[in-house]
Amino acid sequence: MSSEHTHTTDHAEEHGETMTKKKIWQVFFVLLGITCVEFMIALYLVPHGVIKVNVANPVYIILTLAKAFYIVAYFMHLKFEKVGLIFSIVVPVLFIIGLILVLTNESHHWIDLRL
Amino acid sequence: MSTQASSIDHVKTTPWAGGRSPFSVEYGKIMMWFFLLSDAFTFSSLLISYGALRFSSAAWPAPDIVFKAFPYVSENAPLVFVGLMTFILIMSSVTMVLAVEAGHRGAKNEVVKWMLWTILGGLMFLGCQALEWTHLHSEGFWWGSVPPLEKLQEFFSADSHANAVVMTTYGHQFANLFFTITGFHGFHVFSGVVINIIITINVLKGTYEKRGSYLMVEKIGLYWHFVDLVWVFVFTFFYLV
Repeated sequence: MSSEHTHTTDHAEEHGETMTKKKIWQVFFVLLGITCVEFMIALYLVPHGVIKVNVANPVYIILTLAKAFYIVAYFMHLKFEKVGLIFSIVVPVLFIIGLILVLTNESHHWIDLRL
Repeated sequence: MSTQASSIDHVKTTPWAGGRSPFSVEYGKIMMWFFLLSDAFTFSSLLISYGALRFSSAAWPAPDIVFKAFPYVSENAPLVFVGLMTFILIMSSVTMVLAVEAGHRGAKNEVVKWMLWTILGGLMFLGCQALEWTHLHSEGFWWGSVPPLEKLQEFFSADSHANAVVMTTYGHQFANLFFTITGFHGFHVFSGVVINIIITINVLKGTYEKRGSYLMVEKIGLYWHFVDLVWVFVFTFFYLV
C-alpha cells in the first residue's frame, strides 16, 4: 500500500501536465463533432450522391482512428506517460495493421475463388 | 563520494538503473495496460475476420436498412438509435475521466458522484443494446438463423441483385458476426459496470481514502475507456461502412 502511495506522488510531480476539467470537455466535443461528421456522411452525403461509398469508407476509417487517438491519448492519459510505456503499447498494435493487410489481400483472393 | 572512486562505485540514477519503475507507473496500472493490449488483439481478430468476410462477399445486408428502427419511437430512423448509444457511451467515458480527475484531488464525494453517472451510462447502454438485440431477433436474425427469404431480401439494398443463395449465406454470416461481436463487447460493458459498482462501494467505504490514492479508479477508468474505444470501431464497421 505504502509503495503504491509513493509511486503516485512522484508520478503526479513528474507530469506537470494533467487532465483538467476544461481539457476533458474539449476532448468530449472533439469526439462528438467527429461522430456528427460521420453521421452527416452516412445519412446525407452518401445517399444524395455527393460522395461515393468507396470514398466515404476510407474517410470513416480515418475519422475513427482520430477518435481512437483522442480517447487513448487524453482519456487514457497515454500521451502524458513515459515514452517507454507509450512505445510498449503502440508498437505491438502494428501487428494488428499487419493482420489487416494480410486479410484484405486474402479476401481479394476469396472473391476470385467464388466467381 | 571521493573523486578517486571508480566508475563502478558510482550509483546510477537513470530510470532503468533499477529500484524503481522505469515507466513511473504503478504495477497494477501497467498490468491493466497490457491486459487491454491483449484484449485489443482479441477484438481486432474478431473485427478483421468480419472485415475479410464482408469484403469478399457478393452482397451484404445494408446497415441503413437493418438498423433503421428506433424502438418505441420510429420504424424509419436509420442509425439514430445507434447514434444515441454512441453518445451514451462517450458521455459515460467523460464522467469516468471526471471521476479520475476528482480522485487526483482526493474529493471523495465527487468521485462517488461521477462513478454513479458512469454506472448509469453503462446500464443505459446495455438497455439500448438489449432493445436492439430484441428488435433484430424479432425480425428473425439470431446466431445461425436469418428471416425467411421474402423478408430477408428487404434488408439488401435494391441495387445489390443478390440471388437467394447469396442472401441466405451472407445473411447468416452477418447475423453470426453481429451477435458475436456486439455480444462480446456488451459482455465487456457488463463486466465494466460490475467492476465500477465494486469500486464505488470501496470508495464509499473509504478504502482508497485510507490508502491515500484513488489509483484503483484510474485503473478501472482505463478499462472503461477501452470499452468505449472498441465501440468506436464496432460502430464504424457495423453501422457506417
